[in-house]
This record gives sequence, structure tokens and C-alpha cells, in this order.
Amino acid sequence: MAYSEKVVDHYSNPRNVGSMDKNDPNVGTGMVGAPECGDVMKLQIKVDPISGIIEDAKFKTFGCGSAIASSSLATEWLKGKTVDQAMEIKNTEIVTELALPPVKVHCSVLAEDAIKAAINDYKKKAVPAHANA
Amino acid sequence: MKLPIYLDNHATTQCDPRVVETMLPFFSENFGNAASRNHSFGWVAEEGVENARKQIADLIGANSKEIVFTSGATESNNLAIKGVAEMYAERGNHIITVATEHKAILDTCKHLEKQGIRVTYLPLQGDGLVDLDMLRDAITDKTILVSIMYANNEIGVIQNVSEIGKICKERGVLFHTDGVQAVGKIPVNVIKDNIDIMSLTAHKMYGPKGVGALYVRRRNPRVQISAQMDGGGHERGMRSGTLNVPGIVGFGKAAELCNQLMETEMAKHRIMRDRLKTTLESALEETYINGSMTSRLPHNLNMSFAYVEGESLLMGINDIAVSSGSACTSATLEPSYVLKALGLGDDLAHTSIRFGIGRFNTDEEIDYVANKMIEVVNKLRELSPLWEMFKDGVDLSKVEWTAH
Repeated sequence: MAYSEKVVDHYSNPRNVGSMDKNDPNVGTGMVGAPECGDVMKLQIKVDPISGIIEDAKFKTFGCGSAIASSSLATEWLKGKTVDQAMEIKNTEIVTELALPPVKVHCSVLAEDAIKAAINDYKKKAVPAHANA
Repeated sequence: MKLPIYLDNHATTQCDPRVVETMLPFFSENFGNAASRNHSFGWVAEEGVENARKQIADLIGANSKEIVFTSGATESNNLAIKGVAEMYAERGNHIITVATEHKAILDTCKHLEKQGIRVTYLPLQGDGLVDLDMLRDAITDKTILVSIMYANNEIGVIQNVSEIGKICKERGVLFHTDGVQAVGKIPVNVIKDNIDIMSLTAHKMYGPKGVGALYVRRRNPRVQISAQMDGGGHERGMRSGTLNVPGIVGFGKAAELCNQLMETEMAKHRIMRDRLKTTLESALEETYINGSMTSRLPHNLNMSFAYVEGESLLMGINDIAVSSGSACTSATLEPSYVLKALGLGDDLAHTSIRFGIGRFNTDEEIDYVANKMIEVVNKLRELSPLWEMFKDGVDLSKVEWTAH
């Protein structure tokens, strides 16, 4: 199977690889997929509590080149967006940007799921903090 | 050293230049039809075919007359199984095979099941070997054929073929083996191994693609097979169709070369394989060998690199040709059924790589492959959330995953 240049680029030079403290109240963590399925994505966002803007994003992915590229791209797109804007990211945009073939569409779905899971995790944590304010 | 490196010799092998050279005249001046009995063009072609038949028979301890030429092992497997099922239909309707056979066997059996043949698919033990007691117990008075491959194409595990053949003989059941991965690579002898029918192909032993053979025993017992194609009655009526003379001549030369070189190549490939294995194991933790290391083809290594997905690994070593049991590399998106049959979890099947060493590989190439593998596995583990969890002491089997 031939990979698109963008997939190869993200695979060779993955952006924002790493982990953040999942107990930090400003960090949201999403982990989706399963080892038996051959894909696991961990995506984390760090949100500025005042502006609501995602100031940092990190990922780690177990999966094929397209899964790695999808999550790497997601972290690039997340940075600088507000949480609400980030919720709007669609897997189809990832498919288009990376020119993923039909058999790899599920990688982009997983990336979208990871974004949503990370945001939901952040929101769950943030609610009590806001309530106190 | 030239890149890319070919280390996928279970998929196919490079045609040996000596084979190509032997074939060439049969495309040009010796272009005759081996079935033409009345002129020298036919005679020369026939001589080439009969010489090849002898070379192939010699490699497996058979008689020339027991070799039936086909288009390859898929056809040979179809012909063997369907041909026996049809010919021996009055004697019984039960076939025994193994869950890890090649699709050409499994799908042929499934086809026959629709026609009322009963098929038993034996499971494998964890090391990839068939449990002989289980085989004995599976044979009934309706059993007409046992089909078990000589050596597996993914994990290289060599079955105890002579024992299997002996059991079949004692019970009066025909024994077919798919010898594709073994013949030409390790000693195979149809007499010693008690084989009645065996499928062969040229392209796995440095011959051309598109030509294979079926060994069909003529004595003790005399095996009969119903032809699966109607036509001119070539190959003692078992396989009609004008013979692929250049291909057959090349197949014969390839068999002759394998016969001459086998001992040296076995020793050489074993050393290379063991060096690859040792280098990888000493540099990387959490690697697993799939299948028995004692009953194994000397040129095969199948290893899982935990926490690193196979396709991403292949992408990282894109100047090396190997294959993976990962779902992502298969058309079906299912991980290897062979590895699953060993009781390997899907997670380890996804992380497996098969290395197949061949005649044209060098020590330098093996070292390059080992180093590149180590580099890429380490890189991908840095990227792997599973590796991170493993390092943090998380028991991955206890995590609740959101399977999608």
C-alpha cells in the first residue's frame, strides 16, 4: 500500500509526542481503541482555564502509520483552538488532509473519538472547579 | 549492499539466474509442444520436460512417473483434495486437515463441505505442532484423506510428517501434504516420510512462477485422482493442458540446484537466522518467538514485538521486504489466523513480523535488518501508549478498552 506524502511526513516526524500529567485539572485525557484491534490512541489537551483555549496537545499511538498520522495531525489542529471549536473537528477533515484511503478511514474516526474523549475528560474535571469559582 | 533488501522468501523467491538461463532456449529455438509426437520440435520439448520430471523426482525421492505438472501449488492442492474426494467417494466422505493450512487447502475443504464431505480441522498445540493422538482419534472408517502441510508458511514450523504418514498408512487413509515451504529447503523424501500425495511449486525454490507439481504415489498404495479439468488427457490423464515447457524446465533446474545446495544453504541460513534472532532479542525486551524453535525451517523467523503495531513497523523499515501478521496488512483486516491458532492473543498477532531468509541474502543484509528493526521498534515504542503503560507497570489485560 502506498502512503500519501502527508502520512509519511507525520509518521517520520510525529508532532507533539508525549504525555502530560493526567491528574492536572487543566489536562483532559482521551484513550480510545484496544490492543486486540491493533489501534490505541492516547490524546491529551491542556486548556488555559481563563481563555478556554487549548494551549498544548500531546499524543501517543499504537497503530498503523495512518493512525499515527491522524493523531499527530489532530494535536496540531487542537493547539490554539477553544474547546468548543475543537469539538467541531470532523474525521472527514482528517481523511481529506491526509488523503487516507477508504480502508484507513477508521483511523480518522478513532482520532475524532480521541479528541472528544479528551475534551469530555477535561470538562468533567473542570465542572467542580468552575462551580467553586 | 543494495537496497531494498528482500527477506520475504516464504512469499516467493528470486528466480536463480542459472534457472533463467536453462529456460531461455525453450522460449525460442526449442518452442515445441511436448505432446507433439511426430517431429523433432516436440521431441526436444518432451526431452526437456522428462529431464525436469526426473530432477524433481530426485529431489523428493520419487519416481519420475509420479510427478504431475500443474500451474502451481494452489492447483496442486485443489487437484489433490478434490481429486481424492471424487475418486474415493464410495470409500468414505471424511477429510482431516489442520486449522493453519494454506487457504488453498482450507477453502477447497470448505467447498467440499457444501457438497456433503465432512471435514475435521485439527487445532494446533502452542508450539505449532499437530497433536498426533488427536489425529489418531479423528480418523474414522469414513476417513479417506489426511492433508497436513509439511512446514508452515508463516511460522516455519515443520510437522512430524513421517509419523503422520505412518499413522495414515496404518489406518489405510491417504496422506497429502502441502510441501511448498519445505521442498528444496530441507530434506523431504516421500518414501521415508510416508507421503502419498504432495503439492509443490517452483517459485518458492528459486524457480519461475506459474508452474507446480503434484506428486502422486504409484505403488503401495497406487493413488488415483480424478482430473479436475477436461481436455487432452495430459499427465497420465490427471491434468489436461499443454505443458508449460519453459516453466517446467526451469522448475527442474531449480530442483537440481536445491538438491545440490541444500546442505550448505540450510547451515548458512540457520546461522543467519539465529544471528538475527539473537541480535534482536539482546537489544529489545518484550519480543516473542512464534512457533517451535526446534522443529522449524532453518530460514524462518517469526517474532512479535510487543506494543508496536506490525504495519507501522513495516512502514518504518520500508527498505526491507518482510511481512506481518497484523490485520492492517491483510485484505480481510483480520490478524493472522495462523498466529491465532497458536493461542496467541490478537494483540501479539498485530505485532508480529515474519522474516524469510533466502539464497541471495548476505550477512551484511542481516546485520542491516537487525539494526534497522531495533531502531524502528525503539522509535515506535516511544510513540506507543501501551509501551508507556507497560513501563508504568499497568496490567494491560485489566484495562477496560473502548473497542471500536
